[in-house]
Amino acid sequence: MFTLIKDTLLSQVVTLWGVFMKLFDKKDTVEYPDEQPYMFPRWRGRIILSRDPDGEERCVACNLCAVACPVDCIALQKGEMEDGRWYPEFFRINFSRCIMCGFCEEACPTNAIQLTPDFEMAEYVRQDMVWEKEDLLIDGTGKYHDYNFYRVAGMEIAGKGKGEAQNEAKPVDVRSLMP
Amino acid sequence: MSLEVGSGLTIGLILLVVIVVAALLITVERRLLGFWQERLGPNRVGWFGSLQVVADMIKIFTKEDWVPPFADKVSFVVAPAIIMTVILLSFAVVPFAPNIGVVDSNIGVLFILAMASLGAYSVMLGGLSSDNKYALLGALRAAAQMVSYEVFMGISLLGVVALSGSFNLREIVAAQEEGMWFVIPQFIGFVIFLIAGVAESHRLPFDIPEAEQEICAGYHTEYSGMKFGMFFVGEYLGLVLVSSLITVLFFGGWLGPAFLPPIVWFALKSGVFIAFFILLRAAIPRPRYDQLMSYGWLFLLPLSLINLLVTGVIILL
Repeated sequence: MFTLIKDTLLSQVVTLWGVFMKLFDKKDTVEYPDEQPYMFPRWRGRIILSRDPDGEERCVACNLCAVACPVDCIALQKGEMEDGRWYPEFFRINFSRCIMCGFCEEACPTNAIQLTPDFEMAEYVRQDMVWEKEDLLIDGTGKYHDYNFYRVAGMEIAGKGKGEAQNEAKPVDVRSLMP
Repeated sequence: MSLEVGSGLTIGLILLVVIVVAALLITVERRLLGFWQERLGPNRVGWFGSLQVVADMIKIFTKEDWVPPFADKVSFVVAPAIIMTVILLSFAVVPFAPNIGVVDSNIGVLFILAMASLGAYSVMLGGLSSDNKYALLGALRAAAQMVSYEVFMGISLLGVVALSGSFNLREIVAAQEEGMWFVIPQFIGFVIFLIAGVAESHRLPFDIPEAEQEICAGYHTEYSGMKFGMFFVGEYLGLVLVSSLITVLFFGGWLGPAFLPPIVWFALKSGVFIAFFILLRAAIPRPRYDQLMSYGWLFLLPLSLINLLVTGVIILL
């Protein structure tokens, strides 16, 4: 009988009191449009394309982001400049499809595609949700400040031959016997 | 025309105030629930969200009032009207203040219990006529729950009736003026009536007939527009009714220190209980259906009988 009363009544009263005291607690919600919430730097929001420290586009149009994207919202076309660099002729993200999963950022070998803490992307016209390269490109380097793909990669472009990249050994001459 | 029991002005005022309060409770409940869940609740429309009820009403009135083609038209339409009518009729015998009330009835307590029983028809008809399995499940649950909880709802009141010697709610209040509030000698009766009242107005934690997480919305799954609104407001009317009954039966009705008029004391006391019911909703999870039934029949019914027995013995001694 005592345990029954304890279980049915006392625990309920304790619960009621605990919930009642929540009246005086600080509220967890913020009044959003009046008061901006703190967005964490690693928040996965609007996607941008960053530039390398020299101001060139980082994207090398490798298509890995488009392959990784689970909802197929990324479309791009490879182009090649005279100096041998690859770049996207167009780069299109359909944000009405994007689920902000961040797989594209993980897949990107050049840190070009990055997710930002901005989430205010509502539009009245659905077509406005499709962003082209001009809309996506930013002037800065995003989260990675001194990474430049062509300086560390072994790919040959004008002004930088094979083996001239950072930490790169000269290519081995397979026709020579010299060590 | 003056404010006296049964005058046209009084009846009109009571109808108006009761319905407006029930509608306002939609906002009040959302705000309070918000606070108790560490949210803010609706606070955009009007002064601190006070006009939210107007927005809700506009929404509910302009929604399509749709009767499903497979439903039984007559009972589908009648069902929501029953609950409003029945609960508004119950307010007829509630003594709000010495000079405010509709009828001074000698069978007030019985009348309210009878009306509460009729309320079960609304829910049952609504569920059955919808021809929807969730609605049917809700109606079955509602019927079983309301019938079983009515039994000891009545028995828990008999202690009060025995102490005051009358079924007349005004005389019950008068009896508390001479002695003490009945919550002290009838504390167990009060607790049982509180629990039964929650079950009777099927509010959380005993909202098993409409349990959203299990059976959609239960008996009013197929309802929309103002017909749903009547079920919705009817639920709040029931809440107001149970709160004012608790006030009248156990907390001395309009009695209180003289610096405030009696009707204000009545409103204050009822308001506390309305807030308490909302707190119950915020705090306590819903029991399983069989737990609710066995709790009622195996624990509360014997307890109310023992309470009645002990009260009778004490009165006779």
